[in-house]
Amino acid sequence: MERTEKETTYQETRRVQKGDFAAAGQISASYKNMLKRLGVDSKVVRRLAIASYEAEINLAIHTLGGSMTIIVYPDHIFLVVEDTGPGIADIALAMQEGYSTAPEEVRMLGFGAGMGLPNMKRCSDTFEITSELGSGTTIRMGFNLLN
Amino acid sequence: MNVAKLMEPLELDLLTPETDLTREVTGGCVCDLLSFVMARGEAGMAWITVQTHLNVIAVASLHEFSCVIVAEGCAVEPETLAKAAEEGIPVLRSALSEYILSGRLYALGVR
Repeated sequence: MERTEKETTYQETRRVQKGDFAAAGQISASYKNMLKRLGVDSKVVRRLAIASYEAEINLAIHTLGGSMTIIVYPDHIFLVVEDTGPGIADIALAMQEGYSTAPEEVRMLGFGAGMGLPNMKRCSDTFEITSELGSGTTIRMGFNLLN
Repeated sequence: MNVAKLMEPLELDLLTPETDLTREVTGGCVCDLLSFVMARGEAGMAWITVQTHLNVIAVASLHEFSCVIVAEGCAVEPETLAKAAEEGIPVLRSALSEYILSGRLYALGVR
């Protein structure tokens, strides 16, 4: 991510509140519209929108709140998802499809099937996750605009 | 096959009169777990479900589904329908079960 500010086409950071399921999807929908306007390939737009929606839902379900930052370069897009806790105890376990710590009321909505993180990884070209208990989790996803 | 052509065989009522029923139906999906739909959905699918909350429309819109079909005559919240109208996603409802609806959709040639 060592890029100069000059190369950046667009950058935006938005907050996601804990428990706000009604708003989930708004950020992803705005990314989708913005990237379509920029003429980004529709398959990339779709992958990014799905990954960002999973991130929005995860922030609402599992965290104390957080933020999503999109950085658009001419050849690449980064999506950075940060939260303020509680952090993930075992990242390898959290990355396993089917593993979830979501509460019952969230499962009633049809979420919490343990698909979110693996789906983010599948939809992005690069995926990095770091987490510290008590301080929070950061996910960095990259989307290639070439090829 | 477009959404309008599903109305009679699937015994559907249109809950979002202002949406476009000429959207092409290129596949089907029967699932009440939004997490699975997020992971497995593909553009153009008709999604049969008994989930009716707002997030259904967010998922359908992100995947560019052709329509959402609510089974078993389930009640749909006005907020969901307002969001569907805003996003241009047709929401239709049938008294039939998910099983029967998917069978009829498949029989119509939607694979």
